Amino acid sequence: MKESQKFALMGAAFFACFYLPVELLPFQGPVFEALALVRWYAREHVLLCLVPAFFIAGAISVFVSQASVIKYFGAKANKILAYSVASVSGTILAVCSCTVLPLFSGIYKRGAGLGPATAFLYSGPAINVLAIIMTARILGWELGLARAIGAVLFSVVIGLLMHLIFIKEERARKAEGELFAGEIEEPRALWQNGLYFFAMVAFLVFANWARPQQEDSGAWATIFAAKWYLSAGFLIMIAVMLFKWFKKGEVMEWTQSSWTFAKQIMPLLLIGVLVAGFLLGRPGQEGLIPSGIIAKAVGGNSLLSNFFASIVGAFMYFATLTEVPILQGLIGAGMGKGPALALLLAGPALSLPNMLVIRGVMGTKKTIVYVSLVVVMATLSGIIFGSISG
Amino acid sequence: MKIEILGMGCPKCKQLYANVQDALKAAGKEAEVVKVEDLAKITEYAVMTTPALVIDGQVKSAGKLLSAQDIEKLL
Repeated sequence: MKESQKFALMGAAFFACFYLPVELLPFQGPVFEALALVRWYAREHVLLCLVPAFFIAGAISVFVSQASVIKYFGAKANKILAYSVASVSGTILAVCSCTVLPLFSGIYKRGAGLGPATAFLYSGPAINVLAIIMTARILGWELGLARAIGAVLFSVVIGLLMHLIFIKEERARKAEGELFAGEIEEPRALWQNGLYFFAMVAFLVFANWARPQQEDSGAWATIFAAKWYLSAGFLIMIAVMLFKWFKKGEVMEWTQSSWTFAKQIMPLLLIGVLVAGFLLGRPGQEGLIPSGIIAKAVGGNSLLSNFFASIVGAFMYFATLTEVPILQGLIGAGMGKGPALALLLAGPALSLPNMLVIRGVMGTKKTIVYVSLVVVMATLSGIIFGSISG
Repeated sequence: MKIEILGMGCPKCKQLYANVQDALKAAGKEAEVVKVEDLAKITEYAVMTTPALVIDGQVKSAGKLLSAQDIEKLL
């Protein structure tokens, strides 16, 4: 199939979802919930949130020089710097799931060692830019922020613990050879790239500025009234920058890479939303699984429900971004905020298939320690977040 | 000539494989084209980001989906 045909097909599927006449369906229940949830996503989240997010992710993978980040993971790199970069670089490096495992294996065997490698392995999938935007948009900014901060903080802790637990082996180990980071090309100054990304994120934020509550007034409401002018302003800014600073080939590459993300993620997300709607229903409604069971297993903020959410998250496989609709369904059915964060922190970082790959890289013993650390950390952060947010 | 494509089966890696085939055809050259999907072997090449392109044991590019034209220049 040609790319233009694929694009047309995706557009048609989107319009079908957007205008899905769910009111006319003669039945209620799981199937109705699944279709209604799909339409809600199509109307509320695709055009203003997901599409700009794809363009941001595409821009990161094309315009940010990955080589300039990877050099901080070398065998001779400063250790403190290696940990800090590992814990945040997921935003830049992990936009595609296929980059996480090779990087992990490379940092471990040829680079800065076990600690930074596990720090990256843990934080990478949780703080990729698409995941954070979607979490903040659909599950609320508190959970999005908690996810980002939790992933960064605990990745450093887990990395350091792994390093200390296996310190004997780490001392004996000698990193062989150098890293091939690829050539560093910087066609623009850092501030130019920075301004460009700032404009894209600003567009995303203002275009999605939520309608103020009735009692809200002041800055929030003023911005809401001006949100389309602000968004349009930033859009023009992006256009000017593209015209002045970017070569034509680069813009083509950017569009292509954004399209690749859309192609990869949209079908999976559609399936994820359908399954979540079918099993769990929309918030306030019930799907196939009764809310009572969920509230019992992961409701409230007890140690047990946080632990249960971490374990399930650790072993289950979530395709990119599908954790968001699934969690939305679970929260709607009575899952507590704490267990929700626990699942977000343990879920995308681990799954049974990726545990097997990790085991192949660093052996059974280290993998078991790593998985246990992730589960314990996710449980703890869930309890802390749950008690803060109430 | 031996061309290896390193990558654990992500969409970009498959696309790179197809682009290499196209480039060979366009250049009228013959080569042994191999997919390397084993993570340990990928790491041996010190490659950190996939897809990567290796020609006769030399890493030519990593973390980038090269177009058929780019590959032709490398051949």
